[in-house]
Amino acid sequence: MGLTRRVIMNVQKTALYDYHKNLGAKFVPFAGYEMPIQYKDGIVKEHISTRTHAGFFDVSHMGQFFLEGDDTLTVALEKIIPADLKSLKINHLKYSFLLNNEGGIIDDLIITKTEKGFCVILNAACKENDIKQISQLLTKNHKYLLNNDLSLIALQGPKSVEILEKLISGVKNLKFMTGSHFKHEGENIYITRSGYTGEDGFEISISNKKVEKFIDYLTLNKVKPIGLGARDTLRLEAGLCLYGHDLNEQINPVEANLKWAIAKKRKEAGGFNGWEKIKSLLANGSEKIRVGIKPDGKVIARENTKIYSSDNNEIGFVTSGTFGPSVNAPVAMGYVKSEFSGIGTSIQLEVRGKKYGGKISELPFYKKSYVK
Amino acid sequence: MSEKKFSKKHEWVSLDGDLATVGITKHATEMLGDIVFVEVPDVGKAVEKEGQAAVVESTKAASDVYSPVSGEITEGNKAIADDPGSVNTDPEGASWFFKLKIKDKGEYDSLMSKDEYDKFCKENPS
Repeated sequence: MGLTRRVIMNVQKTALYDYHKNLGAKFVPFAGYEMPIQYKDGIVKEHISTRTHAGFFDVSHMGQFFLEGDDTLTVALEKIIPADLKSLKINHLKYSFLLNNEGGIIDDLIITKTEKGFCVILNAACKENDIKQISQLLTKNHKYLLNNDLSLIALQGPKSVEILEKLISGVKNLKFMTGSHFKHEGENIYITRSGYTGEDGFEISISNKKVEKFIDYLTLNKVKPIGLGARDTLRLEAGLCLYGHDLNEQINPVEANLKWAIAKKRKEAGGFNGWEKIKSLLANGSEKIRVGIKPDGKVIARENTKIYSSDNNEIGFVTSGTFGPSVNAPVAMGYVKSEFSGIGTSIQLEVRGKKYGGKISELPFYKKSYVK
Repeated sequence: MSEKKFSKKHEWVSLDGDLATVGITKHATEMLGDIVFVEVPDVGKAVEKEGQAAVVESTKAASDVYSPVSGEITEGNKAIADDPGSVNTDPEGASWFFKLKIKDKGEYDSLMSKDEYDKFCKENPS
């Protein structure tokens, strides 16, 4: 068996590090943080309990980046973010990205309109560079802060609403992709109805001082801690991208099959990084495109697996692949030449030197159950 | 059947005459987590001591399974290929990986005993 030992150096920890340890977490270095990959139950059980009951995820490694300013802030952000920020209502959130000059994705993000400006949730591995990119567009009239005093907890699964409502009255009225302030333990906390698992759920921004007590309440209500392992299987079944794997700076939103995330108004009016290129790709299609992939048998096509057409021409590569516990089969995402992207197209996946059959599949693999 | 012997790569092997049965240890399954894919070798394949013989994948990663002894494969366990999760349940019993006809009993004799293996795992936590 080829089991390797890891050397962990100079890593950051979230406020809940010791709490995770007490819950039996196994840690891995992730984006400069030591994060739980799984707890005692293991990935499959954690995954299933999120889909059938509820699970909580410590996502405090992600950046909670607050921006304040007048309309000129909105104009500045719209240069790098292709969402319709001008029309975004207070307490509404959108999935979007930061784009480079070629339309490549610097990071994917969730942006919320706040009373004073915006809050942007950034990937941990990208947040430093993201802030550099964003701050270049700002002026002295704009304020910005990466708030490290806040933890971020995702509560996901069908029982989330019932459990959270008992503690914080009113959360049940939130619609998917909206948020609000709530009073909790004498503190003002911000909760959105959102997540990244394909389940109904919430993301709770709460001070590092209060977060342990909040988690105590969740565990008392049989909400299981969920590690990065199950977070990955859950998001992949839901057809959601993982930055650094399914997305990177060389990939644009059209190729990533995320053109829905570019606001209609922005597609037409432009004025954001890489618009010329994206406009032409929207009109003519891209050479390659992100697709869902289902291997025919049990073989798992992991990241970097080469994809071949049925007549043995190399047509693409896998960017995420795992076993989907709720689908009860292996699932993957990857990029193929666009002419092979039709649902049901037969492909071959080269795993350990052997070719296995598979098919282009619809995304998501697992049907979402958001509360609209 | 002879006592189980253990390799540093976390395989076990038992011997019945010149027929060896090989699997992965309970300790290995605990490190791997939920096993979701298994590939066993074809009958007739020649394997070398410490050579790659099978594949096991958990939700986390793929790992090679090496043969602790050299020989010729006589059987792969189809049951675990059909139900990979069974390796988590009974890794050192029904969920063996493959059987092979060995060439050199000395290779088996040189492997670790159960006590030696337990000590090895304690001293080498992964």
